[in-house]
Amino acid sequence: MSTRLNTGGHRIDRSAPVTFSFNGKTLKGYRGDTLASALLANDQMMLGRSFKYHRPRGLVASGAEEPNALLGVGEDGRFEPNQRATTQEVFNGLVSTSQNHWPSLEFDIGEINSKLSRFFPAGFYYKTFMWPRSFWKHVFEPVIRQSAGLGKAPQDADADTYEHYYHFCDVLVIGGGIAGLAAALAAASGGAKVTLLEQGPMLGGRTLVDEDPALAAEIAGMVATLQAMENVRILTRCMGAGVYDHGYVLGYERLTDHLDAKDGPRHRLWRIRAGQVVTATGAIERPLSFAGNDVPGVMLASAVRDYLVDYGVSVGDRTVVVTNNDDAYLTAIKLVEAGLTVPAILDAREGGAGALGTLAEAKGIRVLKGHGIAKVKGRKRVTGVAVCRQTGEGAVTEEIACDAVAMSGGWSPVVHLWSHCGGKLLWDTDQAMFRPDATRPPRGSDGEAFVRVAGIANGVMDLDAVLDDAVAQGLAAAQAVGQAGTTPADLPALTARDDRPTEPVWLMPASAKRDLRAKAWLDYQNDVKVTDVQLAAQEGYESVEHAKRYTTLGMATDQGKLSNINGLAILSGALDTPIPQVGTTTFRPPYTPISMGSIAGEARGETFQPLRRTPMHAWHEANGAVFEPVGHWRRPYTYLRAGEDKHAAVEREIIQTRNALGLLDASTLGKLIVKGPDAGRFMDMMYTNMMSNLKPGKCRYGLMCSENGFLMDDGVVAKWDEDTYLCHTTTGGADRIHAHMEEWLQTEWWDWDVWVVNATEQYGQIAVVGPQARTVLEKLGATGVSNEDFPFMTFQDHVLAGIQARVYRISFSGELSYEIAVPAGQALALWQALLDAGAEFNVMPYGTEALHVMRAEKGFIMIGDETDGTVIPQDLGLNWAISKKKEDFIGKRAQLRDDMARPDRWKLVGLETLNGSTLPDGAYAVAAGTNANGQRNVEGRVTSTYHSPTLRRGIAMGLVLNGPDRMGETIQFNKVDGTTIPTKIVDPVFYDKEGTKNV
Amino acid sequence: MLILTCPYCGVTSEETEFHGGGEAHLKREGPGSDDQAFEGYLFHRENPYGVHFERWRHVYGCGKWFHAARDTQTLEVFGTYSAQVTTPPEDLLAVIRDKRPGWQWRDLA
Ligand SMILES: [Zn+2]
Repeated sequence: MSTRLNTGGHRIDRSAPVTFSFNGKTLKGYRGDTLASALLANDQMMLGRSFKYHRPRGLVASGAEEPNALLGVGEDGRFEPNQRATTQEVFNGLVSTSQNHWPSLEFDIGEINSKLSRFFPAGFYYKTFMWPRSFWKHVFEPVIRQSAGLGKAPQDADADTYEHYYHFCDVLVIGGGIAGLAAALAAASGGAKVTLLEQGPMLGGRTLVDEDPALAAEIAGMVATLQAMENVRILTRCMGAGVYDHGYVLGYERLTDHLDAKDGPRHRLWRIRAGQVVTATGAIERPLSFAGNDVPGVMLASAVRDYLVDYGVSVGDRTVVVTNNDDAYLTAIKLVEAGLTVPAILDAREGGAGALGTLAEAKGIRVLKGHGIAKVKGRKRVTGVAVCRQTGEGAVTEEIACDAVAMSGGWSPVVHLWSHCGGKLLWDTDQAMFRPDATRPPRGSDGEAFVRVAGIANGVMDLDAVLDDAVAQGLAAAQAVGQAGTTPADLPALTARDDRPTEPVWLMPASAKRDLRAKAWLDYQNDVKVTDVQLAAQEGYESVEHAKRYTTLGMATDQGKLSNINGLAILSGALDTPIPQVGTTTFRPPYTPISMGSIAGEARGETFQPLRRTPMHAWHEANGAVFEPVGHWRRPYTYLRAGEDKHAAVEREIIQTRNALGLLDASTLGKLIVKGPDAGRFMDMMYTNMMSNLKPGKCRYGLMCSENGFLMDDGVVAKWDEDTYLCHTTTGGADRIHAHMEEWLQTEWWDWDVWVVNATEQYGQIAVVGPQARTVLEKLGATGVSNEDFPFMTFQDHVLAGIQARVYRISFSGELSYEIAVPAGQALALWQALLDAGAEFNVMPYGTEALHVMRAEKGFIMIGDETDGTVIPQDLGLNWAISKKKEDFIGKRAQLRDDMARPDRWKLVGLETLNGSTLPDGAYAVAAGTNANGQRNVEGRVTSTYHSPTLRRGIAMGLVLNGPDRMGETIQFNKVDGTTIPTKIVDPVFYDKEGTKNV
Repeated sequence: MLILTCPYCGVTSEETEFHGGGEAHLKREGPGSDDQAFEGYLFHRENPYGVHFERWRHVYGCGKWFHAARDTQTLEVFGTYSAQVTTPPEDLLAVIRDKRPGWQWRDLA
């Protein structure tokens, strides 16, 4: 059993007990425990079920690389799935639950998948799609649904807050082990501003576990020196999550995850710009691939050592050590020194170990050289191992009873951060590892290297060399930022162990038969076995990137921290290609998953995206407005009155506007001022129509196309004076069109004397619409506004209710209509004055839906309804707005292309259902026959469709093949139920064709 | 996330302050151009793994468009320069020739 020993555990505070729960059971731990060490101390070895086969799984590792021990942590608004037990510290009241099992962790029905593993081979998901449809629905889909995803999504809004910090430093050191500390001391010695990130709560790293305890004092001295330096900042519980272009680094700091009281922000995302980055991220131990290497109780040798030394926890009473290198002997020695039993060290190497081997044997530990594990016995917990020769097929030489296995397949430098931004790797054959290739580093904007790797992460495995390398990298980083320093004094003296070389062991035993290989796991989290990778190679997946996706090896949330090299080596063996030629997959940030909350930071709720509000917004809110988003604006869709639904409100607004008087808040319409001696020439390029010949005081409806020829915006242009134009754009288009104009002005016609200003928010604009509009203007003080004195498509300045106003006589409804622009600060006063003056006519404000219906009744197009980025003005019957006299305008050349002049382009028409119903939005007109894909041919589609309260029937516009030539013809529009609606092609102007109302 | 220096306002800033605008030094083909030339102008773009000339706008700053010469492989920025030129400045080309012997981009080398 696993248990807490009476002594040891330098990370825990035995005077500070902590109470937490796992699957409803109340358990005890100590301050400083991780959830993993505390669970082990309570003999909770099995922590979850595997993803695909639901096999019992326990802890494998002690740090960020842990693939199995993913737990749900917290409750309600603080619940989060898939938290690594190895990096979550315990606190009082912590609630944790295991995942991926049903009905319980101990008894899980999905374990049947394991018995069916022959039917879930590599590429199962892809192959299944090829099988008969009925299999999918009744057999596989339920299985996949059951196993899809790990953990459960939180149901409640996140109760915590998060924040971003921006930080700048000369040298950023990532990793607070002895190499990181030494690199930081060296980098800071010349005055460079240095920041050091350590993902865990404690500085010192593996040295504190593996070396003479007396070193702890020297490490504390290094930390104290750094802390005393004003140019150094140390952040613990802060992971270097990702390295990006030009020295941009994300740090992920966990502020309250370890605390009983959750005050303040939970996580802080550090957005760092560093001149130089030194990664001192150490190495991760590799598992060995033998049958049953996933049985709970089989753990990395270093993890067994960590739990013992860091937390005073024994993983088992009898631990068999299996290894291909000397380092794992240290685990055996420390276990025996703690009074625990190590029945044997199985060393796959015929030659065995160096000095540590001698020491182990001196302590009475039996060492079996040239041996390995044929098979682990036990299901929910190790009960023993069957031993075999490493060189054979797995013939069992003896069985050894044990309750834990400590395995070591060698070490892989943590090269992730080096690789994130393009640093390349080289395969070190002697050490059987990928390590950073310093000649191909990530480069900054100046073309020079900005990432350096120090110590074990750099493939420097000998302890005495680690400090030298770290100091050299720290000094080089300082030099690169112009803050050269000197070698720090008083660094600890470390001596190299007399280790014999690691011998690569990618499969144990080397010629294991299929039944053993099929139980040898490479990727624990995604349940990928040796046989899966071999099958992928056999089926032709030779690229490592393809094999990865086919088998899902390394695609789980641990990103293959344990499985990557072993899987690669198996693939290399199956393809008979050397490992460096097979290559590695790409490491991508973040190093381990970071919370969504930290990425969002403060940008949630109201601060997610600022809203744009018109000067009348508060009035709308107080008067029943139902808002809809239009760009960043919120516009009233309609104004509800007591007892009304939205449909009734829209109809009321339309009828009252057409019969008497309506008001529209048009402030959101884009207002761009184009000014300068060359303004006319510029306007002629921007718009399809001629604008330069417009007379001051007049307005003209204009179209804008992209250089592709497609219609992109429309609106009324007013010529304010000889060299000044006001361009109205659509609400959503103001910023886009402003940028479009600036782009052409700055990058194509930079010698033209023109300025463009976006004045959208400088003006409030109100449309006064309906037969009583003129009367109301006169009531507010306007004179000389008769149809003759103030004709359609002109503007005049008037003082209305004491406010200086520019009044445009333009109409988007077909009614007599004035759009009144006033300084934004006075718009609400004018709105109120118009309401008061219009009261006798029962004036009603109307919203965007009424606006849409009234424009459709008049056959006016709407950008985004009648256009979709593939429609040219000619499709919409707007040829009258395209100048034939102008030599050039943006889009003109494109509209001369064959496809634009093709006679069978769909063209705009009006549509009237024979039964008066309203067509479904987006419906297609069906035609005879089928296309090459066996789909029904179509000959048109609906672009706008409404119920018209004015006409008391459905009206629509649409694009139809040869539409304008087919007036009066009946075509069929489809419905989702398969039936069709007979519909007549008509003129798109449904209402007041003669224009008698706008006088 | 790149760092760029706006040649107009002189600010050196994060990529998020700028907006990329695609390939630099396109020659506009208007009415009268033949189909092939117009197609090239609208659709054909360089996609080098190495030296590249791009348009950028300092959109959350001074609002100005400018040009940048950059290595898309190493992310080295050779320099930024005015948008109001039809070809990169000679001193910048000299820098690139020095750093990347044998480079080629369209008809520049
Ligand atoms: Zn600028």
